[in-house]
Amino acid sequence: MSDIICAEDIVFEYPVLDEDGNEIGKNRVLDGVSLSVPEGQFVAVLGHNGSGKSTLAKHFNGILLPTEGRVTIDGTDTTDEDKIYDIRQTVGMVFQNPDNQIVATIVEEDVAFALENIGVPPDEIRRRVDEALKTVDMYDYREHSPHQLSGGQKQRVAIAGIIAMRPRCIVMDEPTAMLDPKGRKEIMNTIKLLNREHGITVVLITHYMEEAAQADRVVVIDKGKILLDDIPQRIFAQVELLKSVGLDVPQTTELLYELRKAGIDAPDDILSEDDCADYIYSLLTKDGKL
Amino acid sequence: MSNIIELKNITYKYSTGTPFESVAVDDVTLEVEKGEFCGIIGHTGSGKSTLIQHINGLVKPTLGEVYVDGENIWSKDTDIRQVRFKAGLVFQYSEYQLFEETVYKDISYGPKNMGLKAEEIDRRVRFAAKSMGIDDSLLERSPFDLSGGQKRRVALAGVIAMEPEILILDEPAAGLDPIGRENVLGLISEYHKQNGTTILLVSHSMEDIVKYAQKVLVMNKGKIFCHAPTDEVFSRQDEIIKIGLDVPQITRVMMRLRAKGIDLGTDIYTVERAKQRILEYKENKNNA
Amino acid sequence: MLKDITIGQFFPGNSIIHRLDSRFKIILDIAYVVMLFVTSNFYGLALAGLFMILVYILSGVGLKLIFKSLRPILPLIAITCILNLFFIKGEGEPLVQWGFISIYYEGVSTSIFMAVRIMFLIIGMSLLTYTTSPIALTDAIERLLSPLKKLHFPVHELAMMMTIALRFIPTLIEETDKIMSAQKARGAELDTGGLIKKAKALVPVMIPLFVSAFKRANELALAMECRCYRGGEGRTRLKQLKSGARDYIALLIVAVMFVGLILLNNFIPSFMP
Repeated sequence: MSDIICAEDIVFEYPVLDEDGNEIGKNRVLDGVSLSVPEGQFVAVLGHNGSGKSTLAKHFNGILLPTEGRVTIDGTDTTDEDKIYDIRQTVGMVFQNPDNQIVATIVEEDVAFALENIGVPPDEIRRRVDEALKTVDMYDYREHSPHQLSGGQKQRVAIAGIIAMRPRCIVMDEPTAMLDPKGRKEIMNTIKLLNREHGITVVLITHYMEEAAQADRVVVIDKGKILLDDIPQRIFAQVELLKSVGLDVPQTTELLYELRKAGIDAPDDILSEDDCADYIYSLLTKDGKL
Repeated sequence: MSNIIELKNITYKYSTGTPFESVAVDDVTLEVEKGEFCGIIGHTGSGKSTLIQHINGLVKPTLGEVYVDGENIWSKDTDIRQVRFKAGLVFQYSEYQLFEETVYKDISYGPKNMGLKAEEIDRRVRFAAKSMGIDDSLLERSPFDLSGGQKRRVALAGVIAMEPEILILDEPAAGLDPIGRENVLGLISEYHKQNGTTILLVSHSMEDIVKYAQKVLVMNKGKIFCHAPTDEVFSRQDEIIKIGLDVPQITRVMMRLRAKGIDLGTDIYTVERAKQRILEYKENKNNA
Repeated sequence: MLKDITIGQFFPGNSIIHRLDSRFKIILDIAYVVMLFVTSNFYGLALAGLFMILVYILSGVGLKLIFKSLRPILPLIAITCILNLFFIKGEGEPLVQWGFISIYYEGVSTSIFMAVRIMFLIIGMSLLTYTTSPIALTDAIERLLSPLKKLHFPVHELAMMMTIALRFIPTLIEETDKIMSAQKARGAELDTGGLIKKAKALVPVMIPLFVSAFKRANELALAMECRCYRGGEGRTRLKQLKSGARDYIALLIVAVMFVGLILLNNFIPSFMP
């Protein structure tokens, strides 16, 4: 499969100014990041606040341009100004605060916003808006005003506004950070649906390990560098390393890690609750008998 | 021990007399002991946010009475501002309340409103800043230049500086990353240990609550589902899941294990306890 | 409280008034306002008022709303009445003479006339927003002003700003509420004391509100860029404004009313000085 996002050795820095506006140094947020995302993948980028993960995300649709290195989206360099709207249609972006990405006073008008901007004919807008709203299960709310909706619902409207453009990839920058547990579940289900049913590539920026655990691949980023890049089971086996960079591990993984420390030969590639319960069961029984 | 908070049959209705009338808090009676660290959990819309605003008099109950430190806060001779100083409330995403030029001035806003003397204000600001892990070097900085986690702690210090007897916190760790969460919650827990302040901590995260609170209050549809020590609340884990609340992942693993025939107890909500029980079980079996 | 103000609110519905083309509605509303100012006697006012009540009934939003929409401007009406009552001098004997205060027949009739005129004005303009969604309204303004584009007047930008303002008003009201509660919890006294004290007490509310509004504006701009926003050039719309027979019939009715009013003005002598 071809790579939809390809970042080659990118560096991003901005000047640090003193009180008089003189440059006194540079702040390097990304320090040589290389990352390729094949079409159709669901990749989670995990890191604590200030690790550079949001800055990285903003490179994927040309909001930020790398100081060094290069980013190509489906083969197009993001510095190519003539192609910027093609890039933004290919890679859609969803942000943290749902309130601050909804432009219109009516749900369906907001979902139509991007299509209106790129000049899609009205009949086609109507079709795509309805389709997008149905995908995120917000069709019944199409004539509501955004402020009557819950956080999770607003965020789904924001997602519909992006998928109406029919992007091949969606980058989500901490889309659940401001939501309650119910809203978080709604968004995670929507993300999985988009990826599995509609084949959309998803890059999920998060600091919640339980969300990253649901991805196909996890990239851990720390101090502007990629620290780990692997399938979730192998990532979360590195309990000490993750904790040292300020990240959590799921309780399942942590329990088995603690058991290993106590001298039990527990596996390190178990992530799901079922597998964890199965293992403990086998540990506490002999030959499957109580 | 005496009760510092007593809510007697309080009911709170929104938009009374309109077609939108709805009951946010429904005939709630609650007693909180002095020095208690109580975690409050419930869905958005379960009434928990409205409930806590009754305790410092920001919301007046439609029916029922509120007693803080034995005093009916809505009686004629109670000054409601004094109640607010006694029951400090920190809202969700509290950093939006910052407005002063410096961190120091912002923290001193509450104590100044109390009409305290300059030296006392200074003492309280420094004490509150220290309790919330705010370095002296930050005090003269603008609060708007700080990181998200720092801003949150400055906002908390702004309420702690009033030295309230009750500290009510609405999701103090919302939106922070794991380090930020542990930092803020750890500081609050430490503050509780040092000063014995009564603490009500609202959170969506059962993991956070069980880690720090001694008691848990579960709100559901405007009513108190239960208010009891953590172990006791967890003995009703099936019901808690039924009303749609999350239990820690480790509790769910133990539930699955129980369904398979091994019961290690219903009071497991930390990894540490799970490990201990597994090892004990294994030990007993080997000895048998 | 803030929530009780109905002016500018939209009450969704499917009445004939709701379904009129919003461009026509704006034009008709302007015509109605002009009528109120052209008429010089009570008969004309009565005609316009009756007409508006009929339109209210047709719109199905309920006559109660008429009173609701008037409530916030009652002080304004009262001031107008008092000024007219005391300052208009008539030709005949004053009705009341009390010290330096004298009230004439002309003063009474003018103040009633002015009060009724303002009331009709408000209820007419309110009905426009009651029955027209903000989106349709801004759309209509954009289309009606589009000839000005040739003069490099930023018509699209203006409409976009209105849309965003309308979108964020409820959000900011909620936020103001939250900030006020948070500062009250720190002992702020927001509703006591004199004017200066009150204004000072608002600083802890206004600053966080501005900080947050700027943050929102920044994030919104970014989100709009990500959704390929690049101004009004080449933009299409989800909903097209369509005018039909009923819009022209409405126009005709108002035109007839207008003529009627002018006739009334000519045949019945004006009482106005």
